Amino acid sequence: MIKFLNPSYIFYLTGKILNFIKIFVIPIIIIGVIFSLFISPKDYIQGDAVRIMYVHVPSAWISLSCFALISFLCVINFIFKIKSISLIYKSLAPIGLTFNFIAIFTGSLWGEPTWGTWWAWDARLTSMLILIFFYIIFILSYKFITNPERSSKICTLISVLGLINLVIIKYSVNWWPTLHQPSSINLAGETTVHFSMLIPLGIMLFGFLLYTALIFLMKYRIETIRVKKKSLKKL
Amino acid sequence: MLNIKTKNRLSIFIAISALSIIIIIFILKTLEDNVLYFYSPTDVEESNKMVFGDTIKVGGMVKNGSIKTNENEIKFIITDYKNEIIVSYKGTVPALFAEGKGVVAEGSLQDKKFFLAKRILAKHDENYMPPEIKESLEKNAK
Repeated sequence: MIKFLNPSYIFYLTGKILNFIKIFVIPIIIIGVIFSLFISPKDYIQGDAVRIMYVHVPSAWISLSCFALISFLCVINFIFKIKSISLIYKSLAPIGLTFNFIAIFTGSLWGEPTWGTWWAWDARLTSMLILIFFYIIFILSYKFITNPERSSKICTLISVLGLINLVIIKYSVNWWPTLHQPSSINLAGETTVHFSMLIPLGIMLFGFLLYTALIFLMKYRIETIRVKKKSLKKL
Repeated sequence: MLNIKTKNRLSIFIAISALSIIIIIFILKTLEDNVLYFYSPTDVEESNKMVFGDTIKVGGMVKNGSIKTNENEIKFIITDYKNEIIVSYKGTVPALFAEGKGVVAEGSLQDKKFFLAKRILAKHDENYMPPEIKESLEKNAK
């Protein structure tokens, strides 16, 4: 058991997992793209514009779940003072921000041909934009606050506020009238996306998740090396 | 079980989260009118503070069989199945604009039943399906 908590063993293990994931990421995303661009059918009303959804929806999900995970880890770190957790949330933030950007960009591309506008200040779109700012402030705060004690406090505060924003994002389409449509895929309720369109969505989600894991592990290893270098300098 | 410092941090955390939730709820309550992206015809009907001539957005469903196109003008009815507003618009409409579909019109109220739109946005619903499925659904409905 002790072996698994040893940082150098974790470093070795993440390297192995990284090499394993590396093989699969690009082929799976290519299969996903082939499915979403050529094999899956057109939508009955949007036509080919529906294909943007296969990138938009998985990236939005990933950006939301990354932030939820970050907030959870921040709170655990704040209450129980487990230092190694800060490495994990620091490495999760950049990839979450990237997918948040992708979600807003592709959403904008989709909005032009369907809604007739690139951007609307409705509750869902605005709260998604606010999430980008939360990500940026979060990244800046751990980059520029060098005192680990203070950094952990401020990161927790930002992530708690961001967590409330996540709830607003999730329910914005139900609480207020918005231009953005309500969610089509519900784990508890009815899913209103046809099965032939769920296949490319699932493959793309899987590919993006692997990509997220890849970037996360790379960042994690860099952060570990950085910490080791710092402690070497102290000697 | 937990030591005192951990307990203190836990209570600080709970206090801060509760406080921020309350603050955010208050902010959203104050901003209520700005958070609403559009008014429904019923909102327009019931509200007393609507100023005719101000730019607002009205949204709902395009009533079936209500779209009438002239040479340079398009007229249709927005409904929320309780109240209706007649909308007049000059210009091009988005591709998804159709009868029985959601729409948001930006413009000004002339009176409680007549709306002069400057811009039309189509609202998409949460249904995604291939055209063949849609056809067979319609056949089955008949």
